Amino acid sequence: MAREEIKNMKIDFSKYDFKDPEKYSYKSSKGINEDIVRKISEMKNEPDWMKEFRIKSYRIFEKKPMPTWGEKWLLDQIDFNDIYYYVKPTDTKVRSWDEVPEYIKNTFDRLGIPEAERKYLAGITAQYESEVVYHSIKSQWESKGVIFTDMDTAVREYPEIVKRYFGTVVPPNDNKFAALNSAVWSGGSFIYVPKGVTVEIPLQAYFRINTQNMGQFERTLIIADEGASVHYIEGCTAPMYSSNSLHAAVVEIIAFKGAYVRYTTIQNWSKNIYNLVTKRAFAYEEAKVEWVDGNLGSKLTMKYPAVYMLGKGAQAEILSIALAGAGQVQDAGAKVIHAAPYTTSKITNKSISLSSGKTIYRGLVKIMKGSVGSKNHTSCNALLIDEESVSDTIPHIDINEDKVSLGHEATAGRISEEQLFYLMSRGLTEHEALVTIVNGFIEPFVKALPLEYAVELNRLIELELEDAVDTGARKVKY
Amino acid sequence: MESFFRVVNLKASIDGNLILKGLSLEVNRGEIHGIMGPNGSGKTTFSNVIMGNPKYEVVGGDILFKGESILDMSTDERAKRGIFLAFQYSEEVPGVSFMNFLRLAYNSVNSYRYSDFVPPKPLEFRNLVKSKMALLDMDDSFFNRYLNEGFSGGERKRAEILQMLLLDPELVIMDETDSGLDIDALKVVSRGVMEFKNERNSFVVITHYSRILKYIKPDFVHVMIDGRIVKTGDHTLADRIEDNGYDWILKEVSYGV
Repeated sequence: MAREEIKNMKIDFSKYDFKDPEKYSYKSSKGINEDIVRKISEMKNEPDWMKEFRIKSYRIFEKKPMPTWGEKWLLDQIDFNDIYYYVKPTDTKVRSWDEVPEYIKNTFDRLGIPEAERKYLAGITAQYESEVVYHSIKSQWESKGVIFTDMDTAVREYPEIVKRYFGTVVPPNDNKFAALNSAVWSGGSFIYVPKGVTVEIPLQAYFRINTQNMGQFERTLIIADEGASVHYIEGCTAPMYSSNSLHAAVVEIIAFKGAYVRYTTIQNWSKNIYNLVTKRAFAYEEAKVEWVDGNLGSKLTMKYPAVYMLGKGAQAEILSIALAGAGQVQDAGAKVIHAAPYTTSKITNKSISLSSGKTIYRGLVKIMKGSVGSKNHTSCNALLIDEESVSDTIPHIDINEDKVSLGHEATAGRISEEQLFYLMSRGLTEHEALVTIVNGFIEPFVKALPLEYAVELNRLIELELEDAVDTGARKVKY
Repeated sequence: MESFFRVVNLKASIDGNLILKGLSLEVNRGEIHGIMGPNGSGKTTFSNVIMGNPKYEVVGGDILFKGESILDMSTDERAKRGIFLAFQYSEEVPGVSFMNFLRLAYNSVNSYRYSDFVPPKPLEFRNLVKSKMALLDMDDSFFNRYLNEGFSGGERKRAEILQMLLLDPELVIMDETDSGLDIDALKVVSRGVMEFKNERNSFVVITHYSRILKYIKPDFVHVMIDGRIVKTGDHTLADRIEDNGYDWILKEVSYGV
């Protein structure tokens, strides 16, 4: 991305830190119990099977212990009784932009969604708090049988397909936060692409949290039938609040034989949000699943996009970046499970720590017995902007088959003062030089993004680094 | 009259070791000065200190550029005011597009120098770069590469000179630009330099060998030994060093080694 283009964009920094007056048609009381779970299901007019699924999940949530690994001290600060589990901003869903209530529209205007759609988007599902308020999909995809809707609608309108796959990739008993999501989920996207259909343009959704102490528990299910192809993009920005919020999403992807799914996320939750997300995909024979995952905001992120390669020749690619600034922990990584012969996976992780932030790459490469000819390549690079920042690499490798090939490379290093000097000797300020180096560092990730996301990401990084320079966290003085 | 570039009794150290031990030099507008010296004499330290590399500490003396001390100026301010260092070893910066970097640098220095500067459109700028690249026998493939990444020795030196041509400095420090260049590449690089050279800009050409000074003819040649300029002469001094090495100078100045 050309820098002057970025500069000329007139970054409105306040856009990441604004909030609307709260307006609701329904807001549950704080905390969670079985009655609230029932109430959520009733409010949504759900069928009994979903209500039962929620209640069963809630009971699992109650019993499941918190994870005992990772940044446990941070996790233990979550007060499940101090969170709203369901907020419904408006009563009716609308399909045309003109019908979206003004205050919500303002929010999206500031995020640039309408322009985005005008340009090239096939469809938008924008989640404002818990309910999807705006949804559209270009008719050309609808005529080919592509379903792109919010999850609540999908439960009502496509019960046979939802019931069959919902919770099969990430079952409620997978972990405490998956159980919580299964009990109180609201919103999220549902995508079904029929056999042999290629959706050429990315499908896209935006998410925002606006209510203080409000949890966001969206649930996404993507099914690409045999030979189908789809790229889904999810963007998240949230306004700042002083007390903690919880984001515990579940994303399930099923790529049938020969299908291709790419899931791209750039998330920039405000820095008091717990971002605890379970993302998992099943890839059947010759299918390919790609996770492109960028984590900038949040107080604590724990997210390890996973691909289970269940059929011969399945492929996985997980490309992620994490940026941790002051008070932030980005515990992110990837999991690949090779459960069939000749499956291949590639993991590329880039992390940036500054102003005493901490990044952790946590990864699992598992090759099951019988998965002959499988290959994995993992590459992790950590960049530290100043002396106080921290980075850890925790790779787990579990190999149960001999005829496989594995490659792993990991580097961690402080930003090169010689590179900075070189760039500054050409007239770049220290901040410009830092931004240039960091954007170069994440270039392999940025290249995988649509242009608008690349621009937004570069801008966010520029903003973060400005703080690092201004607060004097860096010791070397030019 | 205030001199253009003046180094006064400069002392600088790295990691507590004194490298420059009282170096003085005066360069007027339009002049080319060659600085020769054996390995370890402090040539690269000198070029880095002029550019403000924070690795080095200035412990005495001063550097004046157009009458002002530059010691308290940041590296980028020195660049913006018109000082350019062609590095002996330029840094690779992975993932940073060569073209975007050139544009960024070009816009940075020019918006500092000219209040009415309007950044050129991408295509205009591309054409500007292409015209400079032609002088250096560089082809379009550079547009698609990352900054210095995987560049051969000769490509790096050309890339440095290309940056010089674009940034239009008034004072150019060349640090061993001839090292690692074959004779054809050296001719190309020198041609680029001489094309750029005029009565407004000055050059300090730091080198171990005299051969670059055959193509970039110096008005003065200085010999640097152990962090000081110990002898100054005209271009014939370079020839004598090529023929006889540095030992005779050491004897002549009876510099205690």
